[in-house]
Amino acid sequence: MTIADQVTGSTIAGTAGAKPAGTKLRAAAPAITLPAIGERELRLDLFRGLALWLIFIDHLPPSLLTWFTIRNYGLSDATEIFIFISGYTAAFVYGRAMLESGVLIATARILRRVWQIYVAHVFLFTIFLAEISYVATRFENPLYTEEMGIMDFLKQPDVVIVQALLLRFRPVNMDVLPLYIVLMLALPLILWSMKWRPDVTLGLSVVLYAVTWEYDLYLSAYPNGFWAFNPFAWQLLFVFGAWCALGGARRMSRILASRVTMWISIAYLVAAFYVTLTWYVPQLSQFMPKRIEQWMYPIDKTDLDVLRFTHFLALAALTVRFLPRDWPGLKSRWLRPLILCGQHSLEIFCLGVFLAFAGHFVLAEISGGPVMHALISLSGILIMWGVAWVISWYKRVADKSGAKTKNAVGNADLAGGG
Amino acid sequence: MKAKVLLSLVLLCGNLAAPTARAGDAASPVPAACELPPYLLTSESQLPKVAEAIKAGKPLEILVIGSRSTTIPSSEGSSYPARMEAILKEKLPPSEVVHVSVEIQSKKTAEETASTFVKLMEAKTPTLVIWQTGTVDAIRSIDPDEFRGAVTDGVVALQKAGADVVLMNLQYSPRTETMISAQPFLDNMRVVAQEHDIPLFDRFAIMRQWNEQGQFDLFSPSRGPELAKQVHDCLGRALAQFVIDAAHLEPAQQQN
Repeated sequence: MTIADQVTGSTIAGTAGAKPAGTKLRAAAPAITLPAIGERELRLDLFRGLALWLIFIDHLPPSLLTWFTIRNYGLSDATEIFIFISGYTAAFVYGRAMLESGVLIATARILRRVWQIYVAHVFLFTIFLAEISYVATRFENPLYTEEMGIMDFLKQPDVVIVQALLLRFRPVNMDVLPLYIVLMLALPLILWSMKWRPDVTLGLSVVLYAVTWEYDLYLSAYPNGFWAFNPFAWQLLFVFGAWCALGGARRMSRILASRVTMWISIAYLVAAFYVTLTWYVPQLSQFMPKRIEQWMYPIDKTDLDVLRFTHFLALAALTVRFLPRDWPGLKSRWLRPLILCGQHSLEIFCLGVFLAFAGHFVLAEISGGPVMHALISLSGILIMWGVAWVISWYKRVADKSGAKTKNAVGNADLAGGG
Repeated sequence: MKAKVLLSLVLLCGNLAAPTARAGDAASPVPAACELPPYLLTSESQLPKVAEAIKAGKPLEILVIGSRSTTIPSSEGSSYPARMEAILKEKLPPSEVVHVSVEIQSKKTAEETASTFVKLMEAKTPTLVIWQTGTVDAIRSIDPDEFRGAVTDGVVALQKAGADVVLMNLQYSPRTETMISAQPFLDNMRVVAQEHDIPLFDRFAIMRQWNEQGQFDLFSPSRGPELAKQVHDCLGRALAQFVIDAAHLEPAQQQN
């Protein structure tokens, strides 16, 4: 992540010193519009940071804190937020690069980013291997001889490691980065097509989504099964994010501002909340019409169920409405940790996965009480914040001295994700 | 899928108010460690053939089809099938003959296991089959839909052979939680149980309950068999209670 430019610089310094480079770009490409450079969307950072925290908590064993994650209150969860924002920021950064420097350069930059994410994934896999090997050698409780069969793959490391490098062997909780890698690989094509006709691109994405559902497209995994997040389905959210970033959001502003949209969204969210409530409060389920249940279930996460997607849309519509871009709270100290984490999403995401591993490990090796659990969750979040702060310190101070030649190239952080 | 399952969980929990498990009697007091909230020991589905056999005074032949977690290495006598047999004998009238046999198919997926059912059921003619499965499939991350299909086929085969069926899901294994994704398999077993109206013995939730309430420390790395023995004892008790409950045996048909 050596690439830093004004976008990063300006946000970290509090969005000062923006360069009005966007105007020229807009003239060059009538099909898509980019917001002026420098006006970094703090809302994106905020919600991506939030998504990162929630993903971390969801990866830990269930505890009291789990009840604060949004998946308990509706149909979609932090993954949707994360992929959408990743699509948005990636298109924002690399779309600009494509307009400024051409398809080739933008593609090259995207591929470099893909490589970074890939390396991050392999790094996490290494940690996973270390953990599983440790458990395999230390843990011999006769109650769990069968579960220790999971270690069998250690007997054929040749196959497993190659499959992991091919992204086909993904241990638990390591599904998001491969999805992100595939989506980023498709990004040059998406952007190129968006440059031509954004709406047609979005349409094609919807078609691919529909085809995936109709013909059951999937990527297979090793040793069995398929990818837990089907890229052919999840691309819809990513492309939709990109479409919003490249002017779609602006064109939709009238729809977003309308009261009808607001009430539909509220109604949908309330209905979804009620549905989730029936999972936890059994007595309520008798008020659910059987026909609706049959139509609704199962709500499929692998293929990004339409109900999940629309739930995310409703959430997003309300957020955009009630949380204006210039909301002063975005600059408040209290939201700073979240925003910082959101600004370094790839690093913080990986850290979160690692911390979840480590948290499990501590719970297993030291003690497993609720106090310990709360302590792990809180210290995990503090560590994420601290590391995000250190990374931004590096960008702001440590890296400043050397590289004077930086300019508005693709900003890896802004485009980050994972 | 998860939602569907949660929904059925909901149905299960609907039974919270149902009569409490008739545990705890003079013959063998239930150890405090085994205590469970009643909803984990009740099912809306029934075991008519078990009920019939006991009513008619016929012997109760139970077959446990399982995998390595069905037994404790080198102490089979303390494993949950053996404990269940002992408790059932205590609880049922002395005239009732109870026999439990165990069929272990280690390292076999549900599909591989189910393919042996026709032959297996020809050899033995149990009144009740307790099929414990899911772990191997979870370890190998079998496609959950395929898993559901395999469990369905297996259940149908067992029912066709004339037995009542109880499904038993995975163990709760906190150590391997980051490595084995149990949820899709738990969910799908619940769906199959619901679709075929057969009781599901929720071993996973039960063990998690014990771990969370501090009755057992399932994180323990201890190599000795004590913990395994205690857990299996409690599982055997819970399972016996579950069977008695699902068969809706009148108190008169029970020892106590």
